[in-house]
Amino acid sequence: MTSISPVKTNSKFNLRKILVRPEKPYVHPYAGGVMLGIVLFLAFLITRNGLGASGGMNRLVAGVEDALVPGHIDRTPYLLKLAGGSLNPLDDWSVPVLLGALVGGAAAGLLNGRTKIEINKGPQVSNRTRLITAFIGGALFAYGARMARGCTSGQALSGGAALSAGSWALMMCIFAGAYGLAYFVRKLWN
Amino acid sequence: MQPIFPLQPFLLPFSQNPWTYAVFAVIGFFFGYVLEISGFGNSKKLAAQFYFKDLTVLKVMFTAIVTAMVLIFLSSAIGILDFNLVYVPETHLWPGIVGGVIMGVGFIIGGFCPGTSLVSASTLKVDGIVFLIGALFGVWAFGETVQYYWSWWNSSGYLGRLTLMDVFHLPTGVVVLLVVFMALFMFWGGEQLERIFGKRDMSREPRLRFAGAGALVLGALAVILIGQPTTAQKWAQIAPLKEPVLTNREVQIAPGEVLTSMADDALNVILLDVRPETDYNLFHLYGARNVQLEQLDILVPELLREPPANTVYVVMSNDEQDATLAWMSLTAESISNVYILEGGVNNWLRTFAKDEPAITPVPAASDRLAFRFSAALGQRYDAANPDALEHQLIYTPKIKLERKRSPSGGGCG
Repeated sequence: MTSISPVKTNSKFNLRKILVRPEKPYVHPYAGGVMLGIVLFLAFLITRNGLGASGGMNRLVAGVEDALVPGHIDRTPYLLKLAGGSLNPLDDWSVPVLLGALVGGAAAGLLNGRTKIEINKGPQVSNRTRLITAFIGGALFAYGARMARGCTSGQALSGGAALSAGSWALMMCIFAGAYGLAYFVRKLWN
Repeated sequence: MQPIFPLQPFLLPFSQNPWTYAVFAVIGFFFGYVLEISGFGNSKKLAAQFYFKDLTVLKVMFTAIVTAMVLIFLSSAIGILDFNLVYVPETHLWPGIVGGVIMGVGFIIGGFCPGTSLVSASTLKVDGIVFLIGALFGVWAFGETVQYYWSWWNSSGYLGRLTLMDVFHLPTGVVVLLVVFMALFMFWGGEQLERIFGKRDMSREPRLRFAGAGALVLGALAVILIGQPTTAQKWAQIAPLKEPVLTNREVQIAPGEVLTSMADDALNVILLDVRPETDYNLFHLYGARNVQLEQLDILVPELLREPPANTVYVVMSNDEQDATLAWMSLTAESISNVYILEGGVNNWLRTFAKDEPAITPVPAASDRLAFRFSAALGQRYDAANPDALEHQLIYTPKIKLERKRSPSGGGCG
């Protein structure tokens, strides 16, 4: 799957030919931004909600907990609001948006030849280090996102476009946190 | 005609219209698709942002924000989108600031944000998959630990539905234009950084981007020129629909129904007393909040975040005149379940203060207080919160709850 070697077979239907495409370059950032802005605008226009990612993750986790340990949900104040009693934590707009985004990302990757098993990292770090930092970074990001009631999608992007004051403050803090630490972890990426 | 967007079915609980899930899934599909083709599935590209080599993140994000912003406020200006119904994430300042810094740290260590990790994972990037697993762990950890700082998380720096327009006291269009200028300045700065740190030849960048910048500025100028609809204009739009409701007396509810509702734990009853402060200080219903008619619009953002499923607003004046004006304003601002206390506070007192010697009727002009009080006890009179059992409450129930979904998605975000 990882190579782009020419495939020679005579059969008409060729799965490899569909899946293995030459890798195309990314779209221009401004073009991508305009497209993302239009998707975001249509989301607000039609549904009143913007986009989101961490909210859906939150609900997926709450869904698993609700299935495994319903009693625990009913004792934990935060989970209570999502899944207390007979509330279905998956009954929220953020869940189909999350699942749709997974499918959309997969489709874009396949169509542009960018779907391959690989690890993106800086040249100086091992795969192991990269994966450990990815896990830690993911855990921190998501923890902060729930504390801030939304991540880069739900708050910075959506709240930013709706001109929410809190979302703009939070957006500045994301950039401040990342730029503030960037120098100290430069070996990870350079 | 009232604005057709957001579409009606999306204001209701989703279970009433299961197809709405499919719409969200389609939106999510394009969200993921655009993130991927912009390069957001690649952690190296994302992290390069923070070393000034490749400012794709900044460009995509701010282009998206200003594009959507201009379109949202243009739609609102021309009256096709009701901005009051658009979900503006509430401002919880301190949790937002602390959470934001933690997110930034997670971003530079992990190389993704939650949305980008989704498309990275679905294009089989192992680091994206592991980030996603880490994110699910982080979400779980938050749910387990937030109870230890619950009140800080809920109330620290809580400012409700607060927009930049409210903060800077500027008209919407001006804020939109300033944000566009700020974004364009950042794009210019970003391109300089890419030229210096990323050694990129910026002369090969498409010229079309200048046209795009011009379109954004023009859009923002149009928002300024058209202006956002005022409460009076919004009322004019819906008057043909709503005036019959007033004349048929469908929303004027009897004192008995108000009293029963106040005692109903399943309802979140908000009493808004629009009388002069002197009248309010003499006597008001238990729990009623005094707000002057001309200040009602300041209250709107606060009312918009009350739980939509079971909140009932009752506006009242001494008779009904000012209360009716208040009802029109609130209804025009898309607040649902607003009712008028029938006959006003005077009628309430005629019903419930018969046996109270400290409250005596006096002649008064229309919509003026028709009672005299021995002292300004406010809500400490018995008649402010009478015992429902002591009175025979005969009325035709009129409250019909319009059930709406909470746009924040319950546990927020």
